[in-house]
Amino acid sequence: MWEYTDKVQEHFINPKNVGEIENADGVGNVGSIACGDALRLTIKVDENQIITDAKFKTFGCASAIASSSMLTEMLKGMKLEDAKRLTNDDIAKALGGLPKEKMHCSVMGREALEAAIADYTGAILPMAQGEVICECFGVTDLEIIRAVKENTLKSVEEITNFTKAGGGCGKCEGRLRELLAETVEGLAPPLIGIKREKRMTSLEKIKKIEEVIEREIKPTLKKDGGDIQLIDVDGDFVTVSLRGSCAGCHSSRTTLKEYVEKKLREQVLESLVVEEDR
Amino acid sequence: MVVSSTKVIYMDNNATTRVAPEVLDIMMPYLAEYYGNPSSMHTFGGQVAQAINHARQATADLIGAAPGEIVFTSCGTESDSTAILSAIQTFPEKNHVVTTRVEHPAVKNLCDNLEIFTSRKYHTTRLQVESDGTLDLQRFKDSLTDDTAIVSVMWANNETGVIFPVEKMAEITKERGILFHTDAVQAVGKIPINLKETAIDFLSISGHKLHAPKGIGVLYVRKGTPFVPFLNGGHQEHGRRGGTENVAAIIGLGKACELAAARMAEENTRVRALRDKLEHGLLTTIPKALLNGHPEQRLPNTSNVSFEYVEGEAILLHMNQFNICASSGSACTSGSLEPSHVLRAMGVPFTAAHGSIRFSLSVYNTEAEVDFVLEKMPAIIAKLRAMSPFWEEHQ
Repeated sequence: MWEYTDKVQEHFINPKNVGEIENADGVGNVGSIACGDALRLTIKVDENQIITDAKFKTFGCASAIASSSMLTEMLKGMKLEDAKRLTNDDIAKALGGLPKEKMHCSVMGREALEAAIADYTGAILPMAQGEVICECFGVTDLEIIRAVKENTLKSVEEITNFTKAGGGCGKCEGRLRELLAETVEGLAPPLIGIKREKRMTSLEKIKKIEEVIEREIKPTLKKDGGDIQLIDVDGDFVTVSLRGSCAGCHSSRTTLKEYVEKKLREQVLESLVVEEDR
Repeated sequence: MVVSSTKVIYMDNNATTRVAPEVLDIMMPYLAEYYGNPSSMHTFGGQVAQAINHARQATADLIGAAPGEIVFTSCGTESDSTAILSAIQTFPEKNHVVTTRVEHPAVKNLCDNLEIFTSRKYHTTRLQVESDGTLDLQRFKDSLTDDTAIVSVMWANNETGVIFPVEKMAEITKERGILFHTDAVQAVGKIPINLKETAIDFLSISGHKLHAPKGIGVLYVRKGTPFVPFLNGGHQEHGRRGGTENVAAIIGLGKACELAAARMAEENTRVRALRDKLEHGLLTTIPKALLNGHPEQRLPNTSNVSFEYVEGEAILLHMNQFNICASSGSACTSGSLEPSHVLRAMGVPFTAAHGSIRFSLSVYNTEAEVDFVLEKMPAIIAKLRAMSPFWEEHQ
């Protein structure tokens, strides 16, 4: 069981400002249902650039709900300029602290605020421009570098606690370690103005694999009385099951490697490895 | 913060159970007065050995085994490790283990690390499950090879309660000279088990899952099954498990096994009826509530229900306001960032996996408790859905 402060409990059991502002001036959507938490923040800004109202809708655990509730309380009456400077640590401190594994909930609040302000001002969100390092949770290098800098993080575990990066399959651990070393020694690239090719998130990858199987591979195999089903995608490992006349066919291994794997590598990702489910 | 047991509605019996008052009573003298070592030559110690023998008989009776086939261990995890590592040492010429994707971490993590333990010699096949959590027997048969040393498949799943056909599977492995282990910590005491009529080689029991205390487990080792000890030491347990016996806990477990045998009918009638009432009530009064796991092929006490578009930890903490105890397969409750491996293996969509709640009952639950839970749950779910950004979109 997590040790939540009284403030967290209070804001979780009786959250403030739940809902959505109609005709909001700024809307920020972050997170996804697959990731386990998501927040929609809506704000109203008056002609003096003061946030007059803030509401939230959150899918997530107690600390996600409490962070959202606290954030909206802090925002109401705040100057937009001050809101731009609000950090995840400000939210966590206002709650009397969060368990270290839950710090990412406060980070989500801050990201939603940034997204809502960007929506209002028409600016482009700099953080999403980076290279996706953690494919499981879609976290970019820019987000990680900022979390490390602002919260003086010292380990990969702390990065995971604050950004969720590395909390899924764990394959990006090496990259996180590199980023940490680069950032702490001040060798990281500057936060803005870099453009790199975006890497696929896990969800995008799975969708694409599914698409290629359904659209191309399945119809071809069906011509020969065979069939294929996608079982699992774990990092670059794709597990499929061959059905119909493919199952038990002597050349099924060849079909798998020479046809299925080749097609998926061509159309989705060069590094994919296809295996048969047994 | 202290919550008295008299106030809680405890529906988390697959996590751990209340020590039965009868069990506690029989244990106390062995913690206070009869502290002798059962291995001693004097009567003061020897009488403890007699009490242990009685407990061994009661444990054997519950699962249709002989007393000589019972090895007392410290927990279910130790029993699992002992069985699997024994088989691997028994067959140094083999290199393959078969298990499932939905095992308890005690087996799952051991098998995941098997390659490392054996310097990359052994590898593991993890059987896929269907969307209702059941196993495909044909797929199981196809997974076996001449190099398979042991199969380890749980009798019943801790999260969904789904029961696997381990008796049939053990018949299949026996024909091929492969050892069969089953982690039965959730099944023993809840469904009748008669090992005499099966080909199962190893079976793990955990005391605290059946109203005995924590810190006591059992490994059943079929007579004639090759065995290599995990803990080497004294001659305790006929040299199969070194270390001075956890006397009071063993005696408590014996009593718990007697109680379980006597309450087996109640577990499968009254407790099942309570579970069914709870489950039916949740599924009919709360929209977008889904049952995880096969509806029939299941333990009588377990119900795993997903409430879509809300998150499990938030549900549990609202339930906690009313002192209702249950578990969740959500990411946040596990301390990891991903939802339960069992629900993911079953292909439960993320919209539902994060909002799964496991209710697991025992003979100590009452109908009034079920009614109370049914009264409170709809409002809890409705409150959380009202603040979920995904709920309205899916109305």
